[in-house]
Amino acid sequence: MIAPLFFYLFALMTVVSGLMVIIARNPVHSVLFLILSFFNSAGLFVLLGAEFLAMLLVVVYVGAVAVLFLFVVMMLDINIDEMRQGFRQHLPLGLVVGLILIVELMMIFTQDVSSSNILATNVSGELSNTAMIGSVLYTEYLLNFQVAGLILLVAMIGAITLTMRHREGVKRQVISVQNSRTRNETVQIVSVDSHVAPKVLEDSRAANKQLK
Amino acid sequence: MGDISLIHYLMVAAILFTFGAVGIFLNRKNVIIILMCIELMLLAVNINLAAFSSFHGHITGQIFAMFILTVAAAEAAIGLAILVVYFRNRGSIAVEDINMMKG
Repeated sequence: MIAPLFFYLFALMTVVSGLMVIIARNPVHSVLFLILSFFNSAGLFVLLGAEFLAMLLVVVYVGAVAVLFLFVVMMLDINIDEMRQGFRQHLPLGLVVGLILIVELMMIFTQDVSSSNILATNVSGELSNTAMIGSVLYTEYLLNFQVAGLILLVAMIGAITLTMRHREGVKRQVISVQNSRTRNETVQIVSVDSHVAPKVLEDSRAANKQLK
Repeated sequence: MGDISLIHYLMVAAILFTFGAVGIFLNRKNVIIILMCIELMLLAVNINLAAFSSFHGHITGQIFAMFILTVAAAEAAIGLAILVVYFRNRGSIAVEDINMMKG
C-alpha cells in the first residue's frame, strides 16, 4: 500500500527536478536540482530492490560528479544573463524534438510487451543484493570490471594532464635533480678560526650599532 | 493507485531521457548544462536497466548500470577538464564559440 505512494513521490520529484535542471536560470541551481534528481532516483532504485546501486548513485553521483560540477560552475566566472540568450530562440525546435521523442517512447509502451505486466520480484532470494552483485561481478564480469577500472585511470590521467599548466616563476620539485645531487657540490667545509670573530659577524654588529 | 509495474519505471525513465535531450537543444550557450543533461540521460538509462533487472529477476542489468555509472563519472571528469581548459583559452563556454578547429 505504501510502496506505490513512495514510487509516485520519487518519480514525481525526479522528473520535476530533471525539468528544473534544464530551465533554471542559474547554473548553480541547475546543479542542485541535478543532485535532488539523483537522490530521488536513488529512492526509486531502493524501491526496485537495487540497494547497492542506490547507495552507489548517492556516493558516486552526488558525492563526486555533482560536486565536481558545482566546483566548475563556481570556478568559471560566467555571465548568467548571457548564458540565457538563445533559450527562447531554440525553444520551438527543442519542444518539437522532445515531443517526437516522448511520443515515440510512449508508443513503445502501448505495444503489448509480454513482460510488462509482471510485478517486482525479489531478485535476491536468500542472498542480499550486494552479495549477489559481488558474486557475479568478480567472476563472470571480471574482465569488464578491470576495463572499468582502466577507464577510470585513463580519465584521471587525462583530466590531470589537461588542466595542469606550468606557470613562470613557480618553483616545482624536480625529484631527479634532487636525487642526482652529490655531497661534493652541495656541502662546503670552511675552517673558521675560533679566536677571531668572523668578519661577517663584525659587519652585522657594526650595522646594528648604526641602527641604534 | 494500483501496483507499480515495469511500465511505470520505463515511463519515468523515458520522460527523464526526453528532458535531457530537450535540455541540450535549449541551453546552447552553456556547455556545463549540456554535460548535466547528458548525466540526466545516463541516469534515465540506469533506471531502465535497474527496472528490467528487478522485474526480470536477473542481476546483470544492475551490473551494467554500475559500468554506466563508471563511464558517466569518467566522462564528467574529462568533459569538465576540457571545459576548464577551453574557458582559460577563450573566456567563454558557449557552444557557438567552439569553432577554432575547422575540419
